[in-house]
Amino acid sequence: MTVTVRIPTQLRTLTGGTGEVAVEGSTVREVLKALDAAHPGMGDRLFDEDGSLRRFVNVFLAEEDVRFLDGLDTQVTGGETLSIVPAVAGG
Amino acid sequence: MDFVTGLRCRECSRTYPIEALHVCDFCFGPLEVDYDYDAVAAHVSREQVAAGPKTIWRYAPLLPVSDPSPIDLGAGLTPLVRADRLAAELGLGELWIKNDTANPTGSFKDRVVSVALTKARQLGFKVAACASTGNLANSVAAHAARAGMVSIVFIPHDLEKAKVVTTAVYGGHVVAVKGTYDDVNRLCAELASEHPAWAFVNVNVRTYYAEGSKTLAFEVAEQLGWEAPDHVVVPIASGSQLTKIRKGFSELHRVGLLDSEPRVRVSGAQATGCSPVATAFAEGTDAIRPVRPATIAKSLAIGNPADGWYALAAIRESGGSCAAVTDSEIIDGIRLLARTEGIFAETAGGVTIATLAKLAAEGTVRSDERVVAYVTGHGLKTVEALATTVGPTATIDPTLESFVAGVDLETGAGPVGTGAGPVGTGDGPVEIESDFDRGGL
Repeated sequence: MTVTVRIPTQLRTLTGGTGEVAVEGSTVREVLKALDAAHPGMGDRLFDEDGSLRRFVNVFLAEEDVRFLDGLDTQVTGGETLSIVPAVAGG
Repeated sequence: MDFVTGLRCRECSRTYPIEALHVCDFCFGPLEVDYDYDAVAAHVSREQVAAGPKTIWRYAPLLPVSDPSPIDLGAGLTPLVRADRLAAELGLGELWIKNDTANPTGSFKDRVVSVALTKARQLGFKVAACASTGNLANSVAAHAARAGMVSIVFIPHDLEKAKVVTTAVYGGHVVAVKGTYDDVNRLCAELASEHPAWAFVNVNVRTYYAEGSKTLAFEVAEQLGWEAPDHVVVPIASGSQLTKIRKGFSELHRVGLLDSEPRVRVSGAQATGCSPVATAFAEGTDAIRPVRPATIAKSLAIGNPADGWYALAAIRESGGSCAAVTDSEIIDGIRLLARTEGIFAETAGGVTIATLAKLAAEGTVRSDERVVAYVTGHGLKTVEALATTVGPTATIDPTLESFVAGVDLETGAGPVGTGAGPVGTGDGPVEIESDFDRGGL
């Protein structure tokens, strides 16, 4: 399943400046691992030592925070957009 | 000159230059401003602060930008009022209200925006943007107008009408997004990546923006005669304000403006319909689970609070507490503050007062403490919340007979002309049937 991953400014140094990357996977975890394989260093930025998403990393699947879904185990069916977004202060 | 030495990640301590950066490139942790506190200490004095402008800019050495003519509508130095009548109702002793409804656009956001846009202008930005639950939009639009900057603000589509009008009047772009604040926030985080030439005050210049909230602590200490309170009650949305208030008291001691180390208990206030921090506090966990907000306190309706971790830590380290109150308690809180102290707060202020009442009733906020409750937005912004609750206490015809027959001065909203009496309940309008033909009215 091919998923488009939207890359925030902070991580574009790892993608050669590109804001969108297409990778394969059947869960959010697999998609992000594939992103790390394609762009080494990405995994260290996204995951902590336990393999969980870092505290200030938000991941949205088609506009829904994956923490409202099944987290990293959330299934993807292909064609979706996965957005990596830093947490933002209030308003 | 300012006293900033650089930016530093709160999580992993990596350092960054003084630019429009808000999160650590490595771990996404929020960046904090580093100051040369020794240099500030050598520079500041109580006399110098007292001689400064009657705005937040009197504390410029502890702000992240120095500018001889900041973008300033007059934010700050709002009244700190002794609240004896409210204290008596709550069984408290020395209680003060920091009345931040008195800011130029009616909320504490003027503090953070004045700082953020002054810094943004210095960094070369010409466009001011934000994601907002309303108050920030008001303030960004107003300050941008004052500075001749273009503004583009993003708000949830279901905001209170007053907050939309009081933003749009300044003539900038106002984009209503069909979603919650958290949706707006995510959109703006993505837009910030696509439009690096825009200063999103709570995204790419958030590091500077958030520092403006420290002035809420600076002023309280100065207004108390350079003493810190024992306990503060602060509303929590993203958690930034609460965290920065605690930092503000600590900094005053660090630079010598407070003689003794402040031991301020910091308590947080949330609405039950959006209480991720209060829930984590109650459960004794560090894990703040995002929620979908459902509360009339829209200015606090952030389901995924970016600084929630730090707010929780500040509460626990300081020996404070955190509680949540229902929508009806929020309304009661607004009315209680209004009828005892003459201050009309928006729903967020109702959250603060209702939480204060709850914490006082359970003995967490104590009668032997000097307490400050932060009321951070004006009631005129959220009149809808009260529209079905309060109104005329009587409606009569313009005749003496109708007045005598229709207005009960002995009970109703409180006795008139009998000196001090019990404070009445005054619930709702009393419609008086008229014998007169109203056709000509």
